This record gives sequence, C-alpha cells and structure tokens, in this order.
Amino acid sequence: MSIFEYNGSALVAMVGKNCFAIASDRRLGVQLQTIATDFQRIYKIHDRLFLGLSGLATDAQTLYQRLVFRHKLYQLREERDMKPETFASLVSAVLYEKRFGPYFCQPVIAGLGEEDKPFICTMDSIGAKELAKDFVVAGTASESLYGACEAMFKPDMEAEELFETISQALLSSVDRDCLSGWGGHVYVITPTEVKERILKGRMD
Amino acid sequence: MSRSAVDVPPKGGFSFDLCRRNDMLAKKGLQPPSFLKTGTTIVGLIFQDGVILGADTRATEGPIVADKNCEKIHYMAPNIYCCGAGTAADTEAVTDMVSSQLQLHRYHTGRESRVVTALTLLKKHLFNYQGHVSAALVLGGVDITGPHLHTIYPHGSTDTLPFATMGSGSLAAMAMFESKYKEGLTREEGVNLVVEAICSGIFNDLGSGSNVDVCVITKGHKEYLRNHLLPNPRTFVNPKGFSFPKKTEVLLTKITPLKEKVEVIEGGDAMEE
Repeated sequence: MSIFEYNGSALVAMVGKNCFAIASDRRLGVQLQTIATDFQRIYKIHDRLFLGLSGLATDAQTLYQRLVFRHKLYQLREERDMKPETFASLVSAVLYEKRFGPYFCQPVIAGLGEEDKPFICTMDSIGAKELAKDFVVAGTASESLYGACEAMFKPDMEAEELFETISQALLSSVDRDCLSGWGGHVYVITPTEVKERILKGRMD
Repeated sequence: MSRSAVDVPPKGGFSFDLCRRNDMLAKKGLQPPSFLKTGTTIVGLIFQDGVILGADTRATEGPIVADKNCEKIHYMAPNIYCCGAGTAADTEAVTDMVSSQLQLHRYHTGRESRVVTALTLLKKHLFNYQGHVSAALVLGGVDITGPHLHTIYPHGSTDTLPFATMGSGSLAAMAMFESKYKEGLTREEGVNLVVEAICSGIFNDLGSGSNVDVCVITKGHKEYLRNHLLPNPRTFVNPKGFSFPKKTEVLLTKITPLKEKVEVIEGGDAMEE
C-alpha cells in the first residue's frame, strides 16, 4: 500500500468566471477504518487564498502549521497578504527542501489574485508545480476526479453553476473510491464573498 | 549550542529530518510516493546562426497524464535556455537555482552570461548529489564565443554536440536527427527538423505527448514559440456541456462577505474647516 492511501482523501479545485471553487471529501480514515467524518482538509490562508492538503493527515497538519507561520512572517514584514502565485512558490520551496525525505502531502492551492484573476495550482510531494487553467485534482480519488472533471468542466462558469459542477464531480468520484467520501466540503470564492457549503453524500 | 526559541526559516539547502521516519514507514511496507515525472522528449540542434531547442508538453505521474500542457523549456539567461527531463521538481529547482546564480554573476561582471558558465554550475550541482537529483538536461545558447549545445546527465557528465536528444523519447527523436541533420541548416529547416523530432517522440513514445514547444536563440535575439504546433487538439467536447437539473443536496451553507478593498486617493478634496 502506498503511504498516500493511509488516510484517504479527495481534493479538487476549479476556475470559473472571476471566481473559483475548491472542494474536498470529509473522511479521515486509518486504512479501511473510518476515524472521522467531519475532517477539515481545506485551510484558509487569507480571505482570498485557500489551501487543500491531501495525503498523510499528520504531515498535512504539520505542513499547514509551517506554511501559516511563514505566511504570518510575510504579513508582518510586508503588511499585506501574499499573492496566490507567491504562496505557491513558498509551498513549492518548503516541499523541495525535503526532497530526500518528503512530507507525504500533495497540496492544492486556489486563490484570487490581482484584479480578481483566479489562480489554481497543484504539486507533487516534492514541490513540482503544476499550473492549470481549468481544474486540478489530488488525493486517492484523483484518477476518477480527472475523468469527472475532464467531462463536466466548461470554461467561464458563474459561481452557482461552478458549485453544481464541482460538487457533482466530487460526489461521483468519491463514490468510486472507498478511501474517501462521507460527504463533501465546498468553498466557492467570488470577489465579494466566500460561500462555504457542506454536501450530503453516501455514508458507506 | 543554543537554539533559538522559534523555528526560524532556514537559509537554504536540503533538510533530511524526515528521512529516518520515512525509512521506518517504508520498512513497515508503506510504499514511498511516486513523483511527478516529465517522461519526455527534449531536443536541441545547432543551425547556421544559432541554436534551436524543442520539447513536448506532457507531465506524467506513473501511468497518469498529470499535465497536458506543461513547460519544459526553462529560462536560464536572456541568451540561454535549458530543456529538462526527469523528475519535474528537480529540473525546475536546478534550473531556477542556476538561473539566479547567473543573474547575480551578470550583476557582478556586467557581461552577458556564457553557456559554459551555466554548464559548469549545472554539472557541479548534479555531480555533488551523485545522481540523486534526477535532472537530464539539454542546454543551449548563443554567447560571445558563438552558439553552444550541451547535454547534461543526472550524474553530472556532459556532452557537447551539434544535435542532441534526451528523455524517454530520445531514441525516437534521435532517429529523425540521425537521418536528416546536416551542417548549416537554415532557420526554417532547423525548426522543421526539431518539430519533426518532437512529433516522432510524441507519437512513438508513451511518456511524451500533447504539443510542441520551440525556442530559437540567435546572436542577440531569441524567440520562444510556446505551443508552436498543436498536433493533438481535443476532439470530444460536448457542445452543450453538462447541466445538472437536480440540485446537489446541501446540508449547511455559510456565507462570509469579503471586505471591499479600500483605495486611498492621494491629493483628494481637503477637509472643510
């Protein structure tokens, strides 16, 4: 078994018209045993920047703490929030530092940049950035998420349609992965508001 | 030795403090993860007035295509570019590090960077890590001493060649070069041969795919042709797209309005007395 499959996870981010959405499942497991069904996998860095961490949960939480620390130092020094591109480079640098003994985490970064331009990006566990214009996926359900997103995604969706698309893609994908599921957690971020929703899903 | 109370961000270099734990997990039968690779076709050739580099745009993670349009021709200096194959994080990191060293060197000397300088910095880094930093590179550029093309292997050995290929599609690409390359190619002939070699990789090697990127470097001029050729456009787009008549079941909604960004206009109306 791969170390990535120890806790199980599903993560996806999508770009819409002047907005973006990031979604995850809610299960925390130890192999096939479910430990929690309300697990937070998506973290807020600041109002317009979100970070999802898939993979080994213990490393995800450690990594999150280190990234928040670095972001706070940046805020104190610069008196402003980080741009999503900058934050992606930071995550990449923090991961690559551990090139030969990596954190078992695959991050997904999504944020609104300058002039409300959405930015999404994912990385492997040693910080190889993968920038995409449409959608990015991570976690144990990534294979089925690739398929679902490839079929369902349309460019320039409005916030409501984007929510339906990302939710359906997530729910249909986690139903084909036994290590993730138990509902979903979806954030849709527009320039004016953050909409956080909890989805109902299968409980098996 | 006194340690500071807070974990101050380190100044650089690798950190090995998770290695022991990761080895322990590996011994317990938990496989370490696979990394993003660029199972790639990258090529370069020298033509009559410079160097042409070429690359495909597929990134893979095991058998999965992780990125259909990634960039493999990296910037090193205004007159030097470098194609990378191997582990994506390594090629990206090693080219970025050397490109910043070259920039600092230019600030120090006030002269254009030389290709051999980049070559030496790259091979020094790769040799230091004894092949553990798995980056296979094709380095090309034009400097004061003329056009240069080099290949660099992950262990730090280098070649100087008139035409070169690297990555999993290197055999397919080299087949085209070996049969068609000659000295003193024109720009158009050169670009066509590079495109042909990359396409041979794209269609005959499973690790390579999608589009063709080309970079033409001549004396005092460069042209980065991103997605020069798109031989694999998407053909299966549903014109109507998907729509979801039944709404997704939502258990809880929380809406947080975001604060408007306040813009300060300097020299606005003065306050009334």
